[in-house]
Amino acid sequence: MLGVRELNTAGLGQRRGKVAWIGALALLGTWLAGTAEAQLVVNITRGAETAAPIAVVPFGWQGAGAPAFDLAGVVGADLRSSGRFAPLAVADMVSRPTQAAQVRFQDWRVLDADYLVIGTLTEDSPDRFTAVFQLFDVTRGEQLTGFRLQAGRADLRATAHRIADMIFQEITGIPGVFSTQIAYVSEERRSDGTKRFRLIVSDADGENARMVADSPQPLMSPSWSPDARRLAYVSFEGNQSAVYVQTLRTGTRERVSARAGVNSSPAFSPDGRTLALTLSRDAGNLDVYTLDLTTQVLRQLTTDNAIDTEAVWAPDGRSLYFTSDRAGGPNVYRVSAEPGARAERVTFEGVYNARPRLSPDGKQLAVVYGQSNTYRIGVVTVANGELEILTTGRLDESPSFAPNGAQIIYATREGTRGVLASVSTDGRIRTQIASVAGDVREPVWGPFPRP
Amino acid sequence: MKSSLLILFTATLFTVTACNRGNTLPDEAANGADSGLEDGAATSGDGAGGGIVESPLDAETRRLMEQLVVYFDYDQAEIRPEFTALLAAHGQYLAQNANVALRLEGHTDERGSREYNIGLGERRAQAVRRVLMLQGAAGTQLTTVSYGEERPAATGSDDETWRLNRRVELVYR
Repeated sequence: MLGVRELNTAGLGQRRGKVAWIGALALLGTWLAGTAEAQLVVNITRGAETAAPIAVVPFGWQGAGAPAFDLAGVVGADLRSSGRFAPLAVADMVSRPTQAAQVRFQDWRVLDADYLVIGTLTEDSPDRFTAVFQLFDVTRGEQLTGFRLQAGRADLRATAHRIADMIFQEITGIPGVFSTQIAYVSEERRSDGTKRFRLIVSDADGENARMVADSPQPLMSPSWSPDARRLAYVSFEGNQSAVYVQTLRTGTRERVSARAGVNSSPAFSPDGRTLALTLSRDAGNLDVYTLDLTTQVLRQLTTDNAIDTEAVWAPDGRSLYFTSDRAGGPNVYRVSAEPGARAERVTFEGVYNARPRLSPDGKQLAVVYGQSNTYRIGVVTVANGELEILTTGRLDESPSFAPNGAQIIYATREGTRGVLASVSTDGRIRTQIASVAGDVREPVWGPFPRP
Repeated sequence: MKSSLLILFTATLFTVTACNRGNTLPDEAANGADSGLEDGAATSGDGAGGGIVESPLDAETRRLMEQLVVYFDYDQAEIRPEFTALLAAHGQYLAQNANVALRLEGHTDERGSREYNIGLGERRAQAVRRVLMLQGAAGTQLTTVSYGEERPAATGSDDETWRLNRRVELVYR
């Protein structure tokens, strides 16, 4: 039994969805948005040695009453969470300009700020706001960029993320991922001994969490569609595994595979039309298949008498990487998306390389690397098979690249609790993302939002 | 002797079914409360065989029938020797009771990748399935489901916890 609610979709100029229920499904869950249990808290455990000092001055407010939203607070938190920026404390600011004419660069040079962000938020009407911001290079005393953004009240948080994205890209040259979303699974053990499994989608900073699915049975393996509108996942309702594809905005879902045995590990093809998945079928042997979501045509890609699973598509959609223990311990292999081709081995270091996830450029594989009872996140360069271990936990798992390729989010443990963490692809910046309640795991970073 | 064994088997079936009823309720009927197999898996029979004259063999068979969990070594799906008698008893029971259905739930410990563990749990369930079929159980009586590491019987991150979690549970339906 599964209660399913429509998601609120965030985005500039986009209306939020209304709550909708699926008829036959009973409702068990609680709306997560704004509740304490939905919150994830980001702590930087290891920042870049060169985190750039930046002053994000509280935005000016032109409207009735108190400011409708603390844009500067969210922008600063976003930049801080990247580990590449060190925002100045507001209390240390000697002046608080909101317009370019008020800026005295000397004030900021004294504070060793490399960059300065100022702006204003204006209430045009009760549900229409205009945000204006400017980014300055303090050393050179000039503006780097500036934009005007308009949004409804519900999209002010998204507006802040968008501003942070533009600042991040202007300074680092890398697209920001503050406007993206993550999906993850939470498990809550209740005092009566029962468990709740929830599939949750939140903003990349952990805020604005919304429940996608809620079940007393395990939920696992969320996978984003390339347009970020759908999630595929595995649910064990009815004591059997099945793969579902759920449209986030409407909450409607389709059971795309409930064959005998294992139905698992879904992954959308880059064009969103085909789902790779793992089936065991009647023979009980796990193999990787593709399922055309329109025609329902099922094609078997692997035939080895081993565990073949955890498929992920290459960016061009012509091949897939997957885990197989055909040579003993699990390792990563690559196979053509056209059936009949032989799979070739990709990882050779160590005895346990599993759950591959590809970087957006297709050049690196994030894997779970196991060695003498520790499981950590490693990155394998596809071209030469070189492995670099990025994390230091004992039971790290489920790596997922940010769509800009600069960060990997993964699941780890804090004591006995399941928590999320992220590491920069170069291993220099680590952040811990702790959930206030319950265990969280299987984070999957969503794609860039499409206009 | 033969008829008393049959009665025993029938009585055992009743016990096993009764003990597992809480686990096999449809979700709808359970109103969302999953009773948690780990709590109910180790069933203890009581009342079975009441009024039946038991020979030592019967008692041993009943004892074996009441054991509903098979444990495995790390990253292995081979049936350990100490579980062959247990599975023989269940396999023969299924062979003699064609209307009885059994669900084999494969589980792993928490280490490693979750989806790979789904594969490992399925492999364990299939290994148990093969042994039961060698004893005469029909494939149509047996279904498998792998929960991987998603439904541990014990919580913790030590050898003993892991040992208890690497298992196949036999769930009579």
